[in-house]
Amino acid sequence: MSGLEDLYKEIILDHYRNPRHRGELECPPAHKAEGFNPLCGDEVLLTFELEDEVIRELMVNGQGCSISQASASMMSAAVQGKSVDEVRYLTRQFKAMMSIHEESIGPDDTISRDGASFELGDLDALKGVVKFPVRIKCATLSWNTLLAGLDESGV
Amino acid sequence: MSLPSDLKSQFPVLSQKVNGHEIVYLDSAASSQKPVAVIEAMNDYYRTINANVHRGAYAIAAQATEAMELARTRVAKFIGASSANEIVFTKNATESFNLIARSWGGNSLGPTDAVLISDMEHHANIVPWQILAAEKGFEIRWIPLTSDGHLDLSRLDELLDGVKMVSVTAMSNVLGTLNPIKELADRAHSAGALLAVDGSQFVPHLPTRVEELGADLLCFTGHKMCGPTGIGVLWGRSELLDAMPPFLGGGEMILDVRRDGFTPNELPHKFEAGTPPIAEIIGLGAAVDFLESLGMNNVRQHEIELTDYALRALDNRYGEDLTIHGPRNAAERGGVLSLQYQDVHPHDLSQVLDQRGICVRAGHHCAKPLMRELGLVATARASLYIYNNTADIDALVESLAPAGELFAR
Repeated sequence: MSGLEDLYKEIILDHYRNPRHRGELECPPAHKAEGFNPLCGDEVLLTFELEDEVIRELMVNGQGCSISQASASMMSAAVQGKSVDEVRYLTRQFKAMMSIHEESIGPDDTISRDGASFELGDLDALKGVVKFPVRIKCATLSWNTLLAGLDESGV
Repeated sequence: MSLPSDLKSQFPVLSQKVNGHEIVYLDSAASSQKPVAVIEAMNDYYRTINANVHRGAYAIAAQATEAMELARTRVAKFIGASSANEIVFTKNATESFNLIARSWGGNSLGPTDAVLISDMEHHANIVPWQILAAEKGFEIRWIPLTSDGHLDLSRLDELLDGVKMVSVTAMSNVLGTLNPIKELADRAHSAGALLAVDGSQFVPHLPTRVEELGADLLCFTGHKMCGPTGIGVLWGRSELLDAMPPFLGGGEMILDVRRDGFTPNELPHKFEAGTPPIAEIIGLGAAVDFLESLGMNNVRQHEIELTDYALRALDNRYGEDLTIHGPRNAAERGGVLSLQYQDVHPHDLSQVLDQRGICVRAGHHCAKPLMRELGLVATARASLYIYNNTADIDALVESLAPAGELFAR
C-alpha cells in the first residue's frame, strides 16, 4: 500500500501552490498547444517561443488537479532554453519514469545521451505517481501536449 | 429508517477493508454493489442449467430459457409494464439509447425535424442523437436549466415546435434533480412528439410505474440496481416497438431468413440479436427480486432521509467552503451529491478520501455539456444507495477538512 506522502510530496505541492511560468505568450509569434484529459477534465494550454529550434520561453495555463498542474509547472522550468531535440529526449525519459515504456533512469537520477546529461531535479518527485496508475495521465498531460505542439510547429 | 440496518452484510464487497479502513462506498450512481442473492443466482445458472436459450429441446436448455424469461417478467412487473414483451434486453442504457436513435430515429427523422434533449443529459442520451443527426440533418435542441438545477420549462412550447422526440433523464446523475416526467410526457404528446426517458438513476432508487410516468420509451441499466454489468433494458409501448425496424441483425431476431431477405421476429426478440447475456439477465431478475423484497417505497424513503442528513451535516460543518450542486430539498432530488470543496481539485479530493477507504467519483460524470453550463471541469460526486448509513456520511464529512489542509494554497 502506498501512502499519500508518496504521491503528494512537498515539492509537488509547492509547484501546485506556486506554479512557475504561469500565463500565456502572444500567438503568433509564439506557438500554442492545448491538451485535455477526458477522464478528469484537466486542461493545459502551453504557449512557447521557438528560436533556432530552441525553446526560448514557455508559459503554462489551464486548470486541473495538483499532479497535472505541478507536472506542467516542473516541465516549464525544465524545458526553458533547451533545444527541441533535448526536450523530446527529456520527454521520452520522463514518460519512461511514468512506466510508459521500459527505459529506466540511472541510479543517480540523471539521464545522459551523447555526452549531454540532464538532471531530473524536481521532476524526480513525480516518481511516486507510478504507484497510483490512475494519476499517470495527469502527470504526462503537459508533456504529451508539448510533444504534439512541437510536432505541429514543424520543428 | 425503514430498511434493515444490517444490509451491508449482504454485500460482500462492503465487508472488506480498503487502505486499512472499512470501505465506505459512495459511488452507486456509477455502479452499485451486488448482494449475495444476485451473485448466487448467476453462479447457480452456470453451475446447474448453463445452455443456450430458445433453441434446445433438452431439459437444461428449457430451464435456462424459463429462467431468462422469468427474469423478463420480473423486470416488467418491477416497472409496471403491461407485458413482458415490452422488455427488450440490451447491453446497458447506452445501447438502449442507440437502439432508439438508430431504429426509431433512423426511420422517422429527416432534415426538417428536431429532437429535444436537456442540458443535464448523460452522454448516452446525447451522442447517439448527434451521430444520427450528422447523417439525417435534423436539429438537436436543449432544454436549459434554472439556477437551482431544475429544467427550465418556461420556453418549452417554443422548444417543442417541430420536435418529434423528447429524450430526457428522469434524474440527473450530477445534480440529483428529479425531473417532472409526467408533465414533459403530456406536453410532448400535445405537441405530437414522443417521450423517451433515461431511467438509469431513477429506476434503481424510486418506485417506477411506466404508465404513471407517461413516457413512450424508458432506458435503464442493471448494474446500478444491484444487478450485474452487461445487461440493460429498453422498455417501450408495444405498438411503438412493433412499428420500429430491427436494430442489430443476426440470430434470434428473425422468424425466417431467405436469400432475398428476412422476416423479423416478434417482440421482444426482434431487438435481441445473437445469444443474449443469459446469466446477466438472470442476475438482473434476482436484483429486482431483492429490491422488491426491500420495497421500493422504503428504498426511496431511506434515500430521502440519508440525503437530508448528508446535506445538513455537510452544510453545518463546511458552510460556504463547500458547494453542493443541485436542489437543496431532499424530497426533490436523489442521493447524488456533487461536491466542490474550497479549491481542492476533485481528483485530489477523491485521492485523499480513498486513503480513508471512501470511494467517490471524480470527473465530469459523462455529462460534459452540463459541466460546461455549470462552469466546471469536474466535481467529486458522492452517491448513496440502500446499504449506506449515517456513519458513511459522517466519514465523508470528517474527511474533507484534511484534504483542504493538504492542498491549501
